[in-house]
Amino acid sequence: MSYALLIYSNPDDSTSERAPYADWGAYTQSMKDAGVFLAGEPLQAKDTATTLRVRGGKRTVIDGPFAETKELLIGFYILDAADLDAALDWAARMPDAGLNSLEIRPVMAF
Amino acid sequence: MTTADAIAAAFRAHWAQIVAAMVRRVGDLALAEDATQDAFTAAAARWPREGIPPNPAAWLMLAAGRKAIDRLRRERGRRERDVAYARDAPVSVAAAELEDDTVTDDRLRLIFLCGHPALASEARIALTLRCVAGLSTPEIARAFLVPEATMAQRLVRAKRRIAATRIPFELPTAPNLPERLEGVLTVLYLIFNEGYAATSGDDPLRADLCDEAIRLARLLHELVPDHAEATGLLALMLLHHARAAARTAFGRPVALDEQDRSRWDRDAIREGEELLAAAYAARRPGPYQLQAAIAALHARAPGPQATDWPAIASLYALLAGMMPSPVVELNRAVAVAMAEGPRAGLALLRALIEEGSLDAYAPLHAAHADLLRRDGDAQGAAAAYARAIALTENTAQRAELRRRQRDLKA
Repeated sequence: MSYALLIYSNPDDSTSERAPYADWGAYTQSMKDAGVFLAGEPLQAKDTATTLRVRGGKRTVIDGPFAETKELLIGFYILDAADLDAALDWAARMPDAGLNSLEIRPVMAF
Repeated sequence: MTTADAIAAAFRAHWAQIVAAMVRRVGDLALAEDATQDAFTAAAARWPREGIPPNPAAWLMLAAGRKAIDRLRRERGRRERDVAYARDAPVSVAAAELEDDTVTDDRLRLIFLCGHPALASEARIALTLRCVAGLSTPEIARAFLVPEATMAQRLVRAKRRIAATRIPFELPTAPNLPERLEGVLTVLYLIFNEGYAATSGDDPLRADLCDEAIRLARLLHELVPDHAEATGLLALMLLHHARAAARTAFGRPVALDEQDRSRWDRDAIREGEELLAAAYAARRPGPYQLQAAIAALHARAPGPQATDWPAIASLYALLAGMMPSPVVELNRAVAVAMAEGPRAGLALLRALIEEGSLDAYAPLHAAHADLLRRDGDAQGAAAAYARAIALTENTAQRAELRRRQRDLKA
């Protein structure tokens, strides 16, 4: 089953030491080596986000992320895991797992 | 044994085992549960006519397997491949599934599945009672004082979530095992507490939750006999439940210090103490063992004055260190008051009252009132009783508090 691991982070938290980029590379490689990696990308900072709503055929473009909350989506992985426990184990091993919040959702299968 | 007794006995002994074996075969908890229910319904119809089968478990397992196939055929009858497993599951499979190791592991898998942390706490409790303990949905609804439709929906949603997120029917891996077992113990503890809190009410079904929790704790203890806290939890339940008969009199709750101790269940106390001794031997202390140890000290005492209060106070101090909580702190204050006098207890209580997190917790104000009364402050006690009465919903408990408040004037 495919699961999305959505990574949420608090950008205001500058006190905590973040994992070096090399850790992310190693983590992604370990997913690839295990044959579970399907996709995964980090996203640029929230001030690059643009929110669009189309209502009644009219486009409204707003600068900034969809929801102004403390924790923002900063990246994602899509992985192929046997079950939720396996997906949770991968998520727990992610760099900065101790700082971020990770949402695990099955990808809709058609 | 009558046929009805035989069916009831088979239900108690084999329900969880058959649900578990069916989950393994069909990979779906909802279908497994329905098929198991069908098998028992078939037994109720056929055993009186045909006689009790020599191996009831094997009969039920086979029947559940057939019922699962029937249900799959009905639901998606045109697609033959969906029932392919039926061809791969000859009679001998049912026999293999009755082998000890598989049965043990599958029941444990079922317990872990129903108690998975990805499910909400109330969903875990409901699923465990339905799928492991075999309670019906109306029974669980009544026990938790919610409408039947609400409970049915809670169960359906939980099973749907298990299927949609693919929560596995597997034993947790070694690094996750302690945390997952702790989660399962919490589910059983909450079920017991729900029943224990209700034993003073007038609904026997709610009190039965204590028996169900004990049965589940026994099963878990049987499956992981070397786990000190699982053993400790079973001991705790037995030691508390041993007082059940003395906890109420003429429909009103009786406080521990006023209970008729001759009505305590000595067999349950003995078993609880033996289990606790076995748990100690593992030298892995935990909150359930400590609480059981406290309950054992009460159980051993011939009367309230002869209770080893200093030992209970120090066990509460240990418990507070391991599992800091204002309720533990409240119990510690009461024990200290018994050991060293009301003043010492009041000093601890005052800190707790100022801290404020138990402001709406009736037992805090009731304990405060009791200590003020013992310290000779009738006026303060009356005010604290009034606060406790205002916060108590259980009518029997409220009446008892009113009685104590009236007695102040006497």
